[in-house]
Order: sequence, then C-alpha cells, then structure tokens
Amino acid sequence: MVQQAIPEGQATPRAYDIAKIRRDFPILNRDVASGAKLVYLDNAATSQRPVQVIAEITRFYRDHNANIHRGVHTLSQEATGLYEGVRETTRAFINAPEAREIVFTSGTTEAVNLVAHGWARKFLQPGDEIVATELEHHSNIVPWQMLRDERGIELKFIPMLADGTLDMDAARELIGPKTKLLAVSAMSNALGTILPLEELVPLAKAHGATVLVDAAQAVPHMPIDVQALDVDFVAFSAHKMLGPTGVGVLWGRFELLDAMDPFMGGGDMILTVTTEESTWAEVPAKLEAGTPNIGGVVGFGAALRYLDELGMDQVRAHELDLTRYALARLGDVPGVTIYGPDNAEDRGGVVSFSLEDVHPHDIGQVLDDQGVAIRAGHHCAQPVMAALEVPATARASFYIYNTRDEVDSLVSAVEATSRMFGTG
Amino acid sequence: MTATRDLESGGSLMDDLYREVILEHYRSPRNRGELDTPTCSADGANPLCGDQIHIELILDGDEIVDLKFSGEGCSISQASASMMTEQVRGHDRDHAQAASDAFQQLMLTGEPGEFDLGDSEMLAGVAKFPARVKCASLAWKTLEQALKTDSTEPVTTDERTADHG
Ligand SMILES: Cc1ncc(COP(=O)(O)O)c(C=O)c1O
Repeated sequence: MVQQAIPEGQATPRAYDIAKIRRDFPILNRDVASGAKLVYLDNAATSQRPVQVIAEITRFYRDHNANIHRGVHTLSQEATGLYEGVRETTRAFINAPEAREIVFTSGTTEAVNLVAHGWARKFLQPGDEIVATELEHHSNIVPWQMLRDERGIELKFIPMLADGTLDMDAARELIGPKTKLLAVSAMSNALGTILPLEELVPLAKAHGATVLVDAAQAVPHMPIDVQALDVDFVAFSAHKMLGPTGVGVLWGRFELLDAMDPFMGGGDMILTVTTEESTWAEVPAKLEAGTPNIGGVVGFGAALRYLDELGMDQVRAHELDLTRYALARLGDVPGVTIYGPDNAEDRGGVVSFSLEDVHPHDIGQVLDDQGVAIRAGHHCAQPVMAALEVPATARASFYIYNTRDEVDSLVSAVEATSRMFGTG
Repeated sequence: MTATRDLESGGSLMDDLYREVILEHYRSPRNRGELDTPTCSADGANPLCGDQIHIELILDGDEIVDLKFSGEGCSISQASASMMTEQVRGHDRDHAQAASDAFQQLMLTGEPGEFDLGDSEMLAGVAKFPARVKCASLAWKTLEQALKTDSTEPVTTDERTADHG
C-alpha cells in the first residue's frame, strides 16, 4: 500500500541533534566559487532541502507517478492518495479544522493573488478598505494595489516605526468600520519583525473584517495554529520550509473558500462542462485548476514530516539562540547598524544590517568570497527600505541547520569587508 | 574556528574585482556633485541593487566642457562613474561614444582593447561577475542618455526589479 511505501515520521520529537540534522543536508558541505566552505545564511529567500525530501520526490516519480483524481488505474490511485495525504499532513501542521480547506498553489504569491481574485474581487465594493502594513513583502502589496485600481477600493498601510515594529496607535486608527480585509504578514522577511497578530486580529474582527496572514516566514520557523490565531486566510510557501519550489498553500475557512470564485478555469476544477456553461467542483478542487505540482506536493509532505519530527518549538528555540548570538556579535562590529527590533524574542531568525560606507551589494560580494551566502537588496520590501531611509540592507537569515560557528564566520567576513573597504 | 580568507593576497577573483584603484575612486570620487549651469543631464538606476546616478553636463558645441555625477550605489557603480567622468571630461561626443563602446566591450570580454580607457580599464575584472556588469555600466549608459540632449528619459541597466526575498 502507498502508506507503507512512504512511512510517516515518528510522533515523538527527538532531541535537537544539530550534527545529525546537518548530515541530512549534503549541500551544506560544498564549497563556493572561491573555494571557501559554504555558510548558507539566505534561508529567508529559500531553505535547503534534506535528503528525505529529495528522496521522496525521486521515489514519487520512480514508483508512483501518474496524474491524479482522474484515473482508475493503480498508479493514478496511488498518486492521488499521496497527494491528498499531504493535504491532511498540511492541515495537521497548522491545525486547520478540515483538510479540504487546504488549497495547493504554486507559492505564497499565488495564494495571495487567489484571495485577491477569487474572494476580494467578488465581495469588496468601491469605498471598502483593505489595510496592510509597511512591513509587507511585495506579494502582499501589489495584488491589493491592482485590485484597488480595478475596483475603486481604498488601500491603507499601517506605518512601521524606526525600530522595525508596527505603529499600533496608527493601527487602531486605520482599522475601522470600512475595513473589509486586513492583509498582514506574520513575520517580516526584510527585518524579521514578528507582527503582533494577537493585537491586530481582534482590531480587525471587532469591525467584522476578514484577515489574511502572509505566513511565508512564520510557518517555516515557529508553531502556527490557524485556529488559535483566529484568522481567515493563511498563505505560505513550501520552498522556505525544506520543500520544493513551485508549491504553496492557501488555507482558508471553508465558508470563505466555498463562496470564492475560481481564479483559473480548466480541468479538475469543474463538475460539468457543456459548450454553454460549466459548474464548479467542490472546494478545494474548484481552486486547483489543471494538473498541480503533484511530485512537489508529495515532496512537501516529507518536509512537513521532517519539521514535525524536529518539533516547531525546538526549531523556534534553535533560531532564537542563533539570532540572540548574532545580534550580540554583529552588534559589536564597528560600523555595523542592525535594523529591526532590539529584542531577539520579537524577531524571527533574520538579521538585517548595514556596514558604514559599504554598500550592501559589496558586503554580499565579499561575504560570498568567504563562503557566506547572505542577501543584499531590498528583499522585495521596498516600503521597509523607504521607512528606514536606506536603499538596501544586507540580510542574514537562519534555519534549522545553522550553527553558532556559522554566525562566527559571518562576523569574521563582515570584519574582513570592513578592513577591505578601509572602514574598520 | 572561522578561517577568514586572506583578501589581501594576490591573484584571487576578489582582487580582480576590487582593485585598489577602484576602492580609491570609491573612497574619493572625482567630479562628484552638481553643476550650476548644466546644459543637459540624465538619471540612471539599477533597480536590482538600488544604484542611482544623476549626471550633469555642460556641452559647448560637441565638447564636454564639464560634467559631474551624484547618486548612491555600490563601490563598482560609484567608482565606475568617477572614472568615466575623468575619461570624457574635455573630450567631444564622438570620443565619449567611442569610450562608452570600448567600455561595453571591456565588460563583455574582460580584456582592454585598442581604445585607452585609463583607470576604467581597472574594471576589467567585473566581467567575471555578470551580476555586477550592470553596476559598472550604469554611469556609461547614463552618460549616453545625457548626450542625447533632447532626451530626459531615465535609463536603467536592469529591467528586472525582482529580488526574491
Ligand atoms: C513574507 C513573504 N511573503 C511572501 C513571499 C513570496 O513567496 P513566494 O515567492 O514563494 O511566492 C516571501 C518570499 O519571497 C516572503 O518572505
């Protein structure tokens, strides 16, 4: 049986064995172009994948590959079972009430656009307001701007304070009776700021607004319980949490998904089609037109099991330790400015920084020579850069396999950059 | 625990990119600032890394009597702008265009050609870093734009603003 072919992860969390974890990621042993050993600190952009995920994808294509939902033959039934099994694994991972509320997309971006097209476009009227924050990734800004321009909806942004936290006084003023949607990220990819959903969500709910959470940076790094959050839509991407690219998730409350219009028309999303008209299939099929990324979704299942086995509490604790250490060590380097909340508890495993008189791109370039992979740029969050009045920052971001030694490598490389540009 | 690679040692790719002359232009740029009475100007941007440049010229007939640049960006973009101004100041349009063509060639091949580009030739190492070619080319592209006096269109060395954060 299919279930036997791909064993479920053990339910009991094991101890946090970093050496064992690192053995699951052979890529961490490679060198970069300069010959230096890789120190991968660009996890907010995408994580690496463990051998378990790679093996799962290989096994799917080798042993079970077929299209889903439409065949009576053995392979199609196995593929369907595997694909639908991951829907349940995903449901459990975020504690959603029902598996049919999990819609597989190509990523967070598609998930947000699906809500914009299928829900907001149908239910929001001219004059209604969408409230977002200045900390959003472009994928939680641009779809709303497009809808605003099309529909005459108002779009407002809760400003960011200088320390990278949200201006909650402004939030209380901006979220009001006209607010129909609060579109907010759970954690900023640019600064790591963890947004105070426990304060924001009740503000929105008090006015009957729907809440969409961009959890692209949250679900991979901390325990997320969509029912406890009391939100309506949650979007995230598999590739930031050990899974393959091209897979994402939109979770939504059943009534909302059920009321939504499909975003794309095609195969798999219909009940009947005549040349005159079509009727839609049930949720989630209605929202998953065409052949999905079956192999990717199956691989994502292995990623979820891997994280589940580690325990998301442990993942969070590990990243918190690295973040605390990095804030202290980098903060000691002359000329370094760190952006975002001072308190490690208020951020995910992201440290955005600049070095006096050295452009972030130059930092990134010299760090690469030392093997240290970080991100330099605006991180798809130009409003954050504008609020900080910087063109770009350098950003190190951590995940389950990073170590304090790697933070030391980061710090040494930043010091080397400083020496090279004559600032240190 | 952490072995810092020696950046000062010769022969590495890093040394090819960040030649001392380049860092020197970055630290003390030539012809930086604004002119009182420019006859033409242009803006350039490299959205991928946020490099921005503004170039002002005083043209007397075909001669570039004076020029200055302002803006901000990475060391490569700023040093290249500084070197460019030295290269074309006091020369005519044809010379500036020929220099710009030679510079694009340098970025393609990594080898200086017939045309003497002065300090700008020190940027040859950039050719090995495709992502940085746009940084180095920005000043030249913007100069070309400014020389088309009837045009005030901003230029960009990169159509993409994608930065998958
Ligand atoms: C906070 C946040 N939202 C959305 C996205 C977009 O995710 P994707 O590119 O996987 O659709 C990202 C990552 O790039 C992100 O960090």
